[in-house]
Amino acid sequence: MTLLRVDDLCVHFRIRRGLSKRSDDIVHAVDNVSLQVEAGHTLALVGESGCGKTTVARAVLQLIKPTSGTIHFRDVDLAAAKARARRAALSDVQVVFQDPYSSLNPRMTVHDLVAEPLRVHSRLSGRELERRVLSLLEMVGLGTQHLWRRSHEFSGGQCQRIAIARALALEPRLVVLDEPTSALDVSVQARILKLLDELQQRLGLAYLFIAHDLAVVESMSHSVAVMYLGHIVERGPAAEVFEDPRHPYTLALLSSAPSPDPETGGAMRVLEGDVPSAIRPPAGCRFHPRCRFRMDICTREYPTPHAVGGRQVACHLPDDFDAGAAGSTRERHDAA
Amino acid sequence: MSAAVELLTVRDLKLQFRSMRGLVKALDGVSLTLHEREILGLVGESGCGKTITGLAILGLLQRPQAEITQGEIRYRSEDLLTKTDRQLRALRGKEISMVFQDPLASLNPVFQVGHKIEDVVRQHKGVSRKDAKETTLQALAAVGLPPTDDTLKRYPHQFSGGMRQRVCMAMALACGSPLLIADEPTTALDVTIQAQILHLLLRLRDELGVAQIIITHNVGVAAQTCDRLAVMYAGTVVEEGPTAAVLKHPRHPYTVALYQCLPHGRKAADLRTITGTVPDLIDPPSGCRFHPRCEHALDICPQQKPQPLRVGECHWVSCFWAAAQSAAADHDLRVAP
Repeated sequence: MTLLRVDDLCVHFRIRRGLSKRSDDIVHAVDNVSLQVEAGHTLALVGESGCGKTTVARAVLQLIKPTSGTIHFRDVDLAAAKARARRAALSDVQVVFQDPYSSLNPRMTVHDLVAEPLRVHSRLSGRELERRVLSLLEMVGLGTQHLWRRSHEFSGGQCQRIAIARALALEPRLVVLDEPTSALDVSVQARILKLLDELQQRLGLAYLFIAHDLAVVESMSHSVAVMYLGHIVERGPAAEVFEDPRHPYTLALLSSAPSPDPETGGAMRVLEGDVPSAIRPPAGCRFHPRCRFRMDICTREYPTPHAVGGRQVACHLPDDFDAGAAGSTRERHDAA
Repeated sequence: MSAAVELLTVRDLKLQFRSMRGLVKALDGVSLTLHEREILGLVGESGCGKTITGLAILGLLQRPQAEITQGEIRYRSEDLLTKTDRQLRALRGKEISMVFQDPLASLNPVFQVGHKIEDVVRQHKGVSRKDAKETTLQALAAVGLPPTDDTLKRYPHQFSGGMRQRVCMAMALACGSPLLIADEPTTALDVTIQAQILHLLLRLRDELGVAQIIITHNVGVAAQTCDRLAVMYAGTVVEEGPTAAVLKHPRHPYTVALYQCLPHGRKAADLRTITGTVPDLIDPPSGCRFHPRCEHALDICPQQKPQPLRVGECHWVSCFWAAAQSAAADHDLRVAP
């Protein structure tokens, strides 16, 4: 079942500069993004900073208003729905942010942090509320001894557990995880990833998982959408995308990530140049100035995403073009 | 490797900080060796003392809050710990340089970058402005920035993150430092830009012969750039050796666990975790600092601090369990025939 469906989402920001506060500059943060999250599955949004991953998440959470496009959650059009229907739908969508310290109110105890959504949305009170709070904390591996402490007394990993407990309080169907482990050390990251995985199995949660670390994404997700400068360049089942990247940017991203295995030496392939400004994005395919397989058409026409096997790829290269063999993939480097 | 000339040695360095809550025993007997034209990686999680080690080498820690209680730091034949501030200042930027994690924070926003790099050159070499500019342009070219007047006249905010890190490196290397300490040089950068900077570090070693200490929490970065690794935990070096040996055949239980925590190619359910948390260094565990979290802890571990034991070519490990394992293996070898 499709839980979340985003169609042709565009989010543009008008920026104001100078004394007159007038400017015609528009940041094209997200352009024509379409995606679906299935119940009980994880969709990962991957890309470098500024590619629009978080903006998509914020639009899904209705924290910002899309410029155009629709967002359906369980067939409810969130933008068109009446306030009450929207609130009901959104209590099934929760979020965990990147920085656990700034997303928890330092003046509230753990108990209050976790109880707050229950007090607002549910009719629980008194002993029932206490029991629910305790069971939530237990679910994320915290105990009674932590109940009356405040966030500064916890480590980053523990704070992230509190944030997860709070997100799960209303038994959501979809949790938006915005870089949930990138502020954490690897040993703590491993524990949080395991916890998220267990919770998904147990509660049948769907995740919209936003990350820049490809290894983390590979270990967590069922499907992946790779973003570059506001566009989704490739989308499909995680195993396929990681095994056989179709879009040159996906390929570059995968081969830029340094492998912890010293014997896959020289696996880092260098992509030249920087990410262009989203105020004046390149015409045609937004990746073309950095692409090794650039053709004339790429500079003129935006490649509409089309299906390649089980995937959606936005690239002018022919479907049977083997970017890996034409350039050099991880495998080629291994052999060399 | 063993024939290579030692450039920097740190021996049994102990360092503590005064804090409101008491003495923080930040480093407890750190020993490292860096050879010429070599990249040594300092790897470990937050708070393990990687950066402190780097700052201690450069004499950048503020006294009296930070106090080195024991040990020595030798650069070529000179003992850095006995040097005065003035002598150290002459050394920094000329012999030993450092680049930091956040390039925007380490560049002064009100000066053109050319001005700042020329400052370093003129300070150390006492040359004219014209010659300094020449040297600066060469340094910019060496780090892959266009060596033009336009680059010199730009301010830090006019560069992207990756280019700023290149500017920092140009500043560090303008006077031909044979040793560069890079503290998380790519942590603030995106992966594609990170790959560019890592390539640059390798090129600096291969083409200019710059020896480097790369401080990083990212095992992938260390695996792809470093010749040798020193794995740190709670202020101690638990294992040191050639990168391939340390990562492919780790001996210390912490190195083993750290590697298995990495999500590379593993499903989340298969990830290894380390029980417990990093200790408070005001009251660190006795003996081996890793013993409360170690799955192989022996009776001796809480009582005595393990000394580095040689387990292979230039491969050292500080662990009683690993020592027992390798002794047993040796015994088996002797008994077998």
